[in-house]
Amino acid sequence: MIGGLFIYNHKGEVLISRVYRDDIGRNAVDAFRVNVIHARQQVRSPVTNIARTSFFHVKRSNIWLAAVTKQNVNAAMVFEFLYKMCDVMTAYFGKISEENIKNNFVLIYELLDEILDFGYPQNSETGALKTFITQQGIKSQEPYGCGTSHLQHQTKEEQSQITSQVTGQIGWRREGIKYRRNELFLDVLESVNLLMSPQGQVLSAHVSGRVVMKSYLSGMPECKFGMNDKIVIDKQGKGAATDDSAKSEMGGSSGKQSIAIDDCTFHQCVRLSKFDSERSISFIPPDGEYELMRYRTTKDIILPFRVIPLVREVGRTKLEVKVVIKSNFKPSLLAQKIEVRIPTPLNTSGVQVICMKGKAKYKASENAIVWKIKRMAGMKESQISAEIELLPTNDKKKWARPPISMNFEVPFAPSGLKVRYLKVFEPKLNYSDHDVIKWVRYIGRSGIYETRC
Amino acid sequence: MTDSKYFTTTKKGEIFELKAELNSDKKEKKKEAVKKVIASMTVGKDVSALFPDVVNCMQTDNLELKKLVYLYLMNYAKSQPDMAIMAVNTFVKDCEDPNPLIRALAVRTMGCIRVDKITEYLCEPLRKCLKDEDPYVRKTAAVCVAKLHDINAQLVEDQGFLDTLKDLISDSNPMVVANAVAALSEIAESHPNSNLLDLNPQTINKLLTALNECTEWGQIFILDCLANYTPRDDRESQSICERVTPRLSHANSAVVLSAVKVLMKFMEMLPKDLDYYGTLLKKLAPPLVTLLSAEPELQYVALRNINLIVQKRPEILKHEMKVFFVKYNDPIYVKLEKLDIMIRLASQANIAQVLAELKEYATEVDVDFVRKAVRAIGRCAIKVEQSAERCVSTLLDLIQTKVNYVVQEAIVVIKDIFRKYPNKYESVIATLCENLDSLDEPEARAAMIWIVGEYAERIDNADELLESFLEGFHDESTQVQLQLLTAIVKLFLKKPTETQELVQQVLSLATQDSDNPDLRDRGYIYWRLLSTDPVAAKEVVLAEKPLISEETDLIEPTLLEELICHIGTLASVYHKPPSAFVEGSRGVQHKRLPPRSGSGESTESPEVGQPGGTGPEATPAVIPSQSDLLGDLLNLDLGPPASGSVPAPTSGMQMGAMDLLGSGLDTLMGDDSEPLGGDIGGSPAMGAGFGGAPAVMPASLNAPVGGGLGDLFDLGSSMGMTTGAYVAPKSVWLPAMKAKGLEISGTFSRRAGVIQMELSLTNKAMSIMTDFAIQFNRNSFGLAPAGPLQVLTPLSPNQTIEVSLPLNTVGPVMKMEPLNNLQVAVKNNIDVFYFSCQYPISILFVEDGKMERQVFLATWKDITGENEAQFQIKDCHLNSDAASSKLQSSNMFTVAKRTVDAQDMLYQSMKLSNNIWVLAELRLQAGSPNYTLSLKCRAPEVSQYVFQCYETVLKN
Repeated sequence: MIGGLFIYNHKGEVLISRVYRDDIGRNAVDAFRVNVIHARQQVRSPVTNIARTSFFHVKRSNIWLAAVTKQNVNAAMVFEFLYKMCDVMTAYFGKISEENIKNNFVLIYELLDEILDFGYPQNSETGALKTFITQQGIKSQEPYGCGTSHLQHQTKEEQSQITSQVTGQIGWRREGIKYRRNELFLDVLESVNLLMSPQGQVLSAHVSGRVVMKSYLSGMPECKFGMNDKIVIDKQGKGAATDDSAKSEMGGSSGKQSIAIDDCTFHQCVRLSKFDSERSISFIPPDGEYELMRYRTTKDIILPFRVIPLVREVGRTKLEVKVVIKSNFKPSLLAQKIEVRIPTPLNTSGVQVICMKGKAKYKASENAIVWKIKRMAGMKESQISAEIELLPTNDKKKWARPPISMNFEVPFAPSGLKVRYLKVFEPKLNYSDHDVIKWVRYIGRSGIYETRC
Repeated sequence: MTDSKYFTTTKKGEIFELKAELNSDKKEKKKEAVKKVIASMTVGKDVSALFPDVVNCMQTDNLELKKLVYLYLMNYAKSQPDMAIMAVNTFVKDCEDPNPLIRALAVRTMGCIRVDKITEYLCEPLRKCLKDEDPYVRKTAAVCVAKLHDINAQLVEDQGFLDTLKDLISDSNPMVVANAVAALSEIAESHPNSNLLDLNPQTINKLLTALNECTEWGQIFILDCLANYTPRDDRESQSICERVTPRLSHANSAVVLSAVKVLMKFMEMLPKDLDYYGTLLKKLAPPLVTLLSAEPELQYVALRNINLIVQKRPEILKHEMKVFFVKYNDPIYVKLEKLDIMIRLASQANIAQVLAELKEYATEVDVDFVRKAVRAIGRCAIKVEQSAERCVSTLLDLIQTKVNYVVQEAIVVIKDIFRKYPNKYESVIATLCENLDSLDEPEARAAMIWIVGEYAERIDNADELLESFLEGFHDESTQVQLQLLTAIVKLFLKKPTETQELVQQVLSLATQDSDNPDLRDRGYIYWRLLSTDPVAAKEVVLAEKPLISEETDLIEPTLLEELICHIGTLASVYHKPPSAFVEGSRGVQHKRLPPRSGSGESTESPEVGQPGGTGPEATPAVIPSQSDLLGDLLNLDLGPPASGSVPAPTSGMQMGAMDLLGSGLDTLMGDDSEPLGGDIGGSPAMGAGFGGAPAVMPASLNAPVGGGLGDLFDLGSSMGMTTGAYVAPKSVWLPAMKAKGLEISGTFSRRAGVIQMELSLTNKAMSIMTDFAIQFNRNSFGLAPAGPLQVLTPLSPNQTIEVSLPLNTVGPVMKMEPLNNLQVAVKNNIDVFYFSCQYPISILFVEDGKMERQVFLATWKDITGENEAQFQIKDCHLNSDAASSKLQSSNMFTVAKRTVDAQDMLYQSMKLSNNIWVLAELRLQAGSPNYTLSLKCRAPEVSQYVFQCYETVLKN
């Protein structure tokens, strides 16, 4: 298991050093600094073995976090733990920076003592930790906001409630949460990735999506989440039973279309065995914001934009570029933050651009023409044409013509995913599913959205 | 007020000041002081002098202060054991505290204080805490047992903590179960033989139940523990798999990988025809792909594991090539790993896409990545034959870029492509030669030299090229020197007239001026070879090289199995067994995959393979690695160190060398096209080895290595035994290891119409062996012993006897795969042993196999083209008469001979013992070492075996 955990600043000075195992000595701290942080070349691997000691590291801005071990540990677990630790620290005191770490080193030691015992990760859910590690993090902006409350003021009931939560089946939520207004927000965030050939043939396309939930619900609510998953819809279609609850109550979708999900993963609150057997997503949510699920689809993706490039070489010193973009979604919807990046050769000497919409500029430092459009409705078309003057070179190597890339944001899910329902049951408290105010939002963003030219 | 100020106190007299503050009456001041102490401790200052003062602060209600003091204690208790004892009372008291958090804190901290005296006091509180009513305390106590075990294992056993820990597996709280499992697994690792974690179906069931309920980390502990269990049968295996598969949808990648580990391991037990097996395979792909959208460090871990999984079960990800395409922003370690997997998944179906990608990568910035991409193109050419042409042209394009490292890398891979597809792409040599001057890396230089030497006859100025390298011979690396030596010897053998001086120059450079024993020895061997018998030298140096395999860098199967059992862990990241990087007793146990059920009678794992004697062909030729490919002669795994085996003193050698070489030359130069009559005694595989071929020796050669070398040195004496049918040398059929000390090696022959099985029985055990008997399984041609095995005297230890067992062909018939496979059972007083061997089909050729000319013609026409098979026999230097007489001695008769346009055609016939006729046409082109053999037979399945006979007879 993890033998020790060190945090360094960019100079390699150690900010936090916690050793869990006897086989890790002080010299390990220096070994990592000398061999990794101070090494001149680029980092070639996140796992380094120095003198039979293995170092796992991740970097957050200019802070290095390193876990050390001499055993054959579960490497995936160590990295997951390091990420989790970053999350916990962020939740307590904001951005991970040298200043914040120095300001909160006592808190960090306390956290490390709790979430890692003899190198074994323990409950690391911020929700649970905050019930008994109550030092408030000190954010660099507010240096006087110091407050510590102490456990000895807790009643016996409170104490046992804490321990049962930390060790219990629902370690991510504490009991006794109360809201006057029960409310929840669902964000379906997708990033759509595309690689298209100059002829408009899709070489590869996939959507990776996340469902992020913000829940402000009282008590221990039992939630059930439904979407237009092909497997579920097909099953219901076969049964021909018109399940009333299956009717859309939020998304406004008719439930006719369904999507094939390649794979999905869930927050630990979701009962996986139930998903495996019935494909239903049921859970007791953590309080506040968290990521309910991630998914990936590759079939029937709505590509919000089509890029049609035309590059013509006029002699040896001139290039003519014409790029048409077409928006491919309902005319009533608006895409935002559209940016098209057209690469130019290294020996470009001058560029003249004419565009119908938005603003376009040649950025010599980036070797590209950047064309920005603030908003664009669906089923529209726009065009840019540019003349690129080239310096004559004797470089034999031909220009490799990097792909044209695009950025945008659209108010729908390119995968076609629709939220069908999110039902809330809280048997002990007197509020029902209908009393909960629910919000759903769909945002599709470009991932790597490229068209070769 | 922030904590960062504690880092900045660097005044002198600091310790003194701190001491005063620690003893202050004010609580706040005390706390501040302890914080300063901890800060100093963190940055590495020695604050152990403050030990008593800090410990004094321990008795406090302030939990934050208490935690700080504990932190200090954990760090310094070891250096101040006597003082540490002061803290014991507080610990014991805290373990009784009404607040479970404080009880847990105390027991957790106590376990971290590695002072013997304290450990003794720890036992009682620990015992209580293990049975505490609060699960939080119990889960902390469970880990504490592991801590204590690390300090004093004996104490833990004596106090019976292990049993308590085992009981905790049945605890009602899932987190307690998970920590107990983690603690037990760790303790069990240092006691490899204890059945501490005696996993049985009941405990497994408990673990699987807890799996659904505990934290993500707990799930990892449980899954990792499950992976060590071996289910009793395939049904149990399936039911566990069913309960583990839901974990594949967990957001935590480590949970997913640990679940994959369990599934990969247990899948091994499921019968392949089971529906569930297929379902499981399908379920594994999506989560593995999803891992690639995790953070880069986790992607790296996932990719290293996928690399293993793809080698073990390529079917899982064979359709997922695209997800391994490199993204522009991937960190370099992710890029390199993706590239590796892309090559493994490359197949005919996706090669076009892969190649297009690789071409893009070859223009990137990172040098390592570009090199690997270029190398990958070469590997694709070797792996997917249909793409070879495109790959070669891509490589040529890349060479045109003149980017130095790209050119060098391309030349290295083109050399491999030449090896794989001889006589196909040599037209590009001219382009390669243009870049000769830009090569500055040893590997590329060596590759280029190899190409020049290998194709010396097609390169007009080969001698000039090689000579240019020779100028700086001593500045070259060993790899290049060795290659240069071999290349010049090859050149000399091909163009003896013009290159005499060159070869003498290189030989003397290698033998006289070099300090490198490898180089010197290779030089001497060539020298001797050339001077003793240039014809033999030609056979040896220019021997046909074994084909190179398609897959490279494959992990050796047993290691792969072990690594599969370690999926997710460091071992799978390093691709090394834990014993390679873990000190001490931990991880020394080698994990193995469970045997597949359903193959009840065989307890061997499937990888162990067939028993010995399957012949050298059975050993696949693998390129061990790029550098070994051009490896030196002495790396040939020859067992005894060969450096001492060239006895000639340097000076004497020099004296004789001149004229020895001269006399040898005459033979070579006399008439190059003259048939090279006579046999060479050295085994063909040895010869191939000397030609610069990879250092993989056929298994059968491992034993008689010394002899092999000897043969080389007196090649002359073993020549001229052309009479009689060729009999293959004996090979080991049954190694002693598998037969309780009895080693059997043997071969087959046909003498005077009787098939003989020649056996050597060697007793390698300590006791005498008697009562030998032999029996055959039914086989394709009804071979059966004609009499009992004649071993009359008991076989004493270390004794070998030779037995000839006459065989007849009247036994029961059953078609075997391969056709010439023979399964044999040998019994002695100890046990019955089974092995299988393959016989040359020529032993079945009967003496009256010569067909009448007319009948031959009619039959030849009669047999349809479907039943005709064509083969190439390469590098054979016999003329038609010599070939004919050689074949005749093996009952392969020449019916007629025809000569058309300098092409000799031999029409031949042979008859098998079961009256199957085989007709043959052997075409010999004057001046070409390659023969074409067409076989017609009404039972076409024998053709291949007949061809093998042709090859062995003609080449031996």
